[in-house]
Amino acid sequence: MHALLRLGDDALVLAQRLGEWCGHAPALEEDIALTNIALDLIGQTQSYLTLAGSLDPDAPKTDDELAFLRSESEFKNLLLVEQSNGHFGDTIARQFLFDQYALLRAEHLAQQTFDLDAAAIAAKAVKEIRYHAAHSSKWIIRLGDGTSESHSRIQKSIDDLWAFTGEMFAADDVDIAGSIAGLLPDLSALKTQWDVEIDRVLVEATLIRPKDGAMKTGGRTGVHTEELGTMLAEMQILPRTHPGASW
Amino acid sequence: MIDRSPSSLVKAVSRQLQDVMDPELTFLSVTDMGILRDVKFENGHIVCVITPTYSGCPATEVISEDVLKAAREIDPDAEVEVVLSPAWTTDWISLEAREKMTANGIAPPEGSSHDKAFLTGDGHTIPCPICKSKETKLISPFGSTPCKASFTCNACLEPFEHFKCF
Repeated sequence: MHALLRLGDDALVLAQRLGEWCGHAPALEEDIALTNIALDLIGQTQSYLTLAGSLDPDAPKTDDELAFLRSESEFKNLLLVEQSNGHFGDTIARQFLFDQYALLRAEHLAQQTFDLDAAAIAAKAVKEIRYHAAHSSKWIIRLGDGTSESHSRIQKSIDDLWAFTGEMFAADDVDIAGSIAGLLPDLSALKTQWDVEIDRVLVEATLIRPKDGAMKTGGRTGVHTEELGTMLAEMQILPRTHPGASW
Repeated sequence: MIDRSPSSLVKAVSRQLQDVMDPELTFLSVTDMGILRDVKFENGHIVCVITPTYSGCPATEVISEDVLKAAREIDPDAEVEVVLSPAWTTDWISLEAREKMTANGIAPPEGSSHDKAFLTGDGHTIPCPICKSKETKLISPFGSTPCKASFTCNACLEPFEHFKCF
């Protein structure tokens, strides 16, 4: 269940962040792109959280209950995806770093046979994330290899978010047990693949890969940055104020 | 007297569902789109199996309701089952449906979804569905629905949508 919550929460929190761009993106096409990506992520969230909520037959929960009625410390998403949108470059940098990780993770999940329901969700997600990753990579290249202004700003975005990348590959008990069972990928192997893809895009974008320093972690165990609480307050206010409300 | 044998029910429901249209592409049926995967008789009633196009496509819910409503006109106990595997692909969209897309100003998916370059439109030409020119340009890989990308035609200058190869 923890593994599925992590998958669902990564998608949900990032989707909510991307949804905040609706009506605010620098161009109409990009407004549509970011919210379309958010929509795919919400679809993935519904699937993962529905599955996660069905695993305990004594206390079954719906996807909505898990999304709207859990508190901050019960969310298991990466700190990276909860970081606020910043400017467009910050959002694209966050997306790029996450997409490459999410794609590799979903590719593994789609292939494994330990949990066929999760494999079915991931097989759909792979196609969607591949499209997202192509989009965010192209933006990294366009901004990095663009003007001196766009270059320096996207470099700073990547530098600022780099401290959140270590958490993606910091294996804990859930990851190790999941990896032994076959459900989850081996995170050290995943890191090697991620490095290759990140480096390929950064080189083409004429950007410098930041040095690995102290990494920020905690999201996987529910210890979040201050960013998540305010985001959840907005996301959850309606179902919490009007329990059971429907359209 | 309506023939209630399982095989005739399956046939009747399948025929009925040919008139259930995709709510966002109202000239295409859910059968044309490859969204309806199966109609079967199980545990004494009809089960209509559908699969979502994109994970978050809001049309899936509407389609599910429309299919249920149509099927229940034949078998009041009919149910809808949503399956994710195998994942939906544009390869399942019928040739006839692709022609209907072009006729309605939407460039149909080009090629096979197994060719990953098609997914992102890299190095591939999407002909204009209006004037047929190959001088077209990708404006955005995203569009008005999750399944479409935005293009413009350099020849007739019309903007158009391309149904992404997926």
